Amino acid sequence: MIRPFLQILLLTGLVLGADVAPAASIVVFAAASLTDSLQEIARAYTRQSGDQVALNFGSSSSLARQIQEGAPADVFFSADQAQMDSLEKQGLIAAETRRNRLSNSLVIVVADDSKLAIASAKDLTQAAVKRIALADPQSVPAGIYSRKYLEQLGLWPALAAKVVPTDNVRAALAAVESGNVQAGMVYKTDAAISKHVKIAFAVPPGEGPDILYPMAQVKGSKDPAAARKFLDYLNSAEAGRVFEKFGFLIPK
Amino acid sequence: MTAEEWQIVWFTAWVSALSTLLILPLGLATAWLLARRDWPGKSLVQTVVMMPLVMPPVATGLILLKLLGRRGPLGRFFHDTVDLDIIFTWRGVLIALGVMSFPLLVLAARIAFEQVPARFEQIARTLGAGEARVFFTITLPLAWRGILGGMTLAFARALGEFGATIMVAGNIPGQTSTLSLSIFQHVQLGQDPQAFRLLGVSVALAFLAVWTSECLLLRPRR
Repeated sequence: MIRPFLQILLLTGLVLGADVAPAASIVVFAAASLTDSLQEIARAYTRQSGDQVALNFGSSSSLARQIQEGAPADVFFSADQAQMDSLEKQGLIAAETRRNRLSNSLVIVVADDSKLAIASAKDLTQAAVKRIALADPQSVPAGIYSRKYLEQLGLWPALAAKVVPTDNVRAALAAVESGNVQAGMVYKTDAAISKHVKIAFAVPPGEGPDILYPMAQVKGSKDPAAARKFLDYLNSAEAGRVFEKFGFLIPK
Repeated sequence: MTAEEWQIVWFTAWVSALSTLLILPLGLATAWLLARRDWPGKSLVQTVVMMPLVMPPVATGLILLKLLGRRGPLGRFFHDTVDLDIIFTWRGVLIALGVMSFPLLVLAARIAFEQVPARFEQIARTLGAGEARVFFTITLPLAWRGILGGMTLAFARALGEFGATIMVAGNIPGQTSTLSLSIFQHVQLGQDPQAFRLLGVSVALAFLAVWTSECLLLRPRR
């Protein structure tokens, strides 16, 4: 009679105990291009602070949409301003915590065994380039940046029909790696982590669109203090060194 | 409904219909062999045929992607011999739909064949009919209702396919975008009105397809 009751009590105690444990646990929604750098930073942060960090990567647009639908995020790290702006306008982020942390640039990548001669964006118009992987140019930041750049050069009308839109920038990278598309446009930092692609052309700084990554605390966060603590860490020089190691630039 | 939306509905409908027709010969042959013959490895084949029904569609899609991709064995063969690309084209959609709906067709056709009294086939044989004649004049006419029901189910499954399609064909507007992929895309972009219109079409098509198959499969045969 008593024993099952005690067991339940004990179990409840364990569950509750886990809840009141000193270590906090936060959920970070971050742009797919931040995958590797944030994983490394989160590991270091957990080692130091004991706080658990769950990372959810995707295109900034789908993440913003999920936050809008009430997804339990504590921190949002976007690859463009538009997504953060839309959340700020809806009052879903703590505006005073918003800060542009990183910048990035675009490159054209081809598979490492590709024999195509591509030395500029214009070379993408050649017939041998049948398909070009881009993050969805309608919604995903990396795709929107790429489209802006190609539009600026007047190449978009010629290239639009070749575009294979992907869910996020890493999916575009994977399509190039697999050889199923002849070329793709991704961030320089994505190209750097892949052993199976080579950079055919890097958009010179100043010529492409400004790419700035803002981050902020999500208003609906259940533990704003822990979220801000992690944001402080992301702002630290230590985290900055990791971002730079992966090729990100730190804006002044 | 805009012109693009009609294009998506039309593309989805015809590529689903085409895939159903393409899997028909192999599907019927498989179903008949499973229903009427005993052979070594039968249970193994039966299991493999049913796999796409129970595996995560994305996993099936990944297998297809690796097989049919430019670096995959089949993909390389097609590219080198007939210069045909499958991944990220409508052919990819066709193959994904066919593979995903194959088990449903086989399942329904197998049951239909099993329900044909073997006695009738025996009688035809004693009267001198060959196996092909028995099949086309006895088995098939008696099983057609179940087969048609299976085709309708396969068609309906194809209409709604998502996981395997997005792996193999991506979601290219005007080229590989199907109903389900477009709905997903519209919701991602926060374009709910467009998503709802396509949702309405999906509901209507699914209702029609299932209703047709119910009528075909469930009505008692005379």
